[in-house]
Amino acid sequence: MRRAAKGGYLFFFLAPFAWQVLTSLWPEAELGRRLPSTLTLEAWASVLQGGFLRAVLNSLAVAAATTVVCLGAGTPAAFAIARLEFPGRRALLGTALAISMFPPIATVSPLYLALKAVGLRDTLTGLVLPYATFALPLSLWILTAAFEALPDELYRAARVDGCTPFQAFRRVLLPLAWPALATCALLIFIFSWNELLYALTFLSSPAKRTIPVAITLFGGEHREPWAEIAAASVLATLPLVALTLAFQRRIVAGLTAGAVKE
Amino acid sequence: MNPRIPRADRDRPRAAQSDGHQPRGALRGEIAQALPLIGPAVLVLVAAALVPLSMAVWLSLHRSIVVFHHVEFIGLKHYRFLLSDPRFLSAAANTLYFTAVAVATELLLALPLALLLQRSGGPFRAAVLVPWAVPTAVSAKLWAFILNPDYGLLRVGWLSSPRAALHAAILIDVWKTTPFVALLLLAGLQSIPEDVFRAARVDGAGPLRIFWRFTLPLLRPSIALAVLFRSLDAFRVFDAIYVLTEGGPGHTTETLSIYAYKTLMRSGDFGYGATLSVATFACVLLLFALIRVRR
Repeated sequence: MRRAAKGGYLFFFLAPFAWQVLTSLWPEAELGRRLPSTLTLEAWASVLQGGFLRAVLNSLAVAAATTVVCLGAGTPAAFAIARLEFPGRRALLGTALAISMFPPIATVSPLYLALKAVGLRDTLTGLVLPYATFALPLSLWILTAAFEALPDELYRAARVDGCTPFQAFRRVLLPLAWPALATCALLIFIFSWNELLYALTFLSSPAKRTIPVAITLFGGEHREPWAEIAAASVLATLPLVALTLAFQRRIVAGLTAGAVKE
Repeated sequence: MNPRIPRADRDRPRAAQSDGHQPRGALRGEIAQALPLIGPAVLVLVAAALVPLSMAVWLSLHRSIVVFHHVEFIGLKHYRFLLSDPRFLSAAANTLYFTAVAVATELLLALPLALLLQRSGGPFRAAVLVPWAVPTAVSAKLWAFILNPDYGLLRVGWLSSPRAALHAAILIDVWKTTPFVALLLLAGLQSIPEDVFRAARVDGAGPLRIFWRFTLPLLRPSIALAVLFRSLDAFRVFDAIYVLTEGGPGHTTETLSIYAYKTLMRSGDFGYGATLSVATFACVLLLFALIRVRR
């Protein structure tokens, strides 16, 4: 019973992905068949030679930049919220939570006009700010929780020894918070890698497309290149699947951080 | 997507901190020290979210067609139009239906999954997480291929039938986010003290009875939290439907985000498009308030 249920879930979650892998190996001439009689790497070769690798690089750049910017701004702020006494601490976290809940479509039009005005529309750099709307609140929650979980004595001892709050943060607490930083980096990277709406709206040149945009707009002039789309999507997903399998524990911890009230 | 609660809400024993080595007057000093630390984050949040949101409200009060470089204040006219716009009403109904059915199905599937995960090792957990890691645009293509009437695995014409197409989008959402909901519930399960179950077993309660009498009631906070996060997230659905049908056939699978996107980017009508996005935001707030009140 238990085993059957497990098998059922595994089938539902994994079979569609396996089907995509098979589709990417499907010879084009046999498209109408129920199963292919041979497998071919043609679509993979064409994807690896075509423009899709460009999209992979673009996604990599945007996801990395978003991660760096949001951790850079979020880590000191999270420390301050967790350890310093200043008015508006909770309001700041609450605002961040509210911002991450609002639909991205709500800010698409003004951001489009603003990015256009400063010449950042249709640039990868221009995507980092919109992506901060979900990535920065995420860092603030996870990291605030992490800094609060560190023993208070550490911070107080550092202060008694003459550290300023910033020195206590940099020399004592930050080195201890790296697991949470890694979790955060992973989640921000994955969310940025997967984002479609902002990228679709703000990027117009084909050379700038990120992976989700390239997959969405992938198309020949006359026919939909099935095997190539399948190969591209497997290629785009493999790094994430690898990350997920390797860091499953960390991702789960990050996704459910604070989900249980203590 | 973003499911955490800030833990700063917890009351930490701050009193102990301030009557220890730090004199009461240190409070003011900490504002000065906090400012440079929180400054960049506050700046980014203001620039990326708060200013654009206010600008969207401002835009919604104007007639603004981008290609004509024409902006004219028209007050609440767009909002008055909105309330009698059948396409808006149908998009709102679609979004609500999508959210309700998707979240309910995810909960039903995630609850048994969470129970299975509780007693499974890392490999099963990792395998189950795979759909969550697949970009939504990719999972939509993937399911479109499976459903394709001519070449697909299942060969059904769902995407050309209005009713079925919305359900195909729901299927994608369920496939992608059930693992996440299960993880939230699992976190809840793991916070229930083992003693509860041991005591119940000692009293002779069977597994089903334990589930109904103890597990489910104790899991309520986690379920409520999952419903809250998932509803707000499902309500802004864009990717799956855009890739699957772009809101078609006709406007039958259009959700609020899709309608607003098309008005903004296809018609270039930034005034009414902004109105639609502000309305979507208002609906999310309303949904949030409703779910919070019910808790």
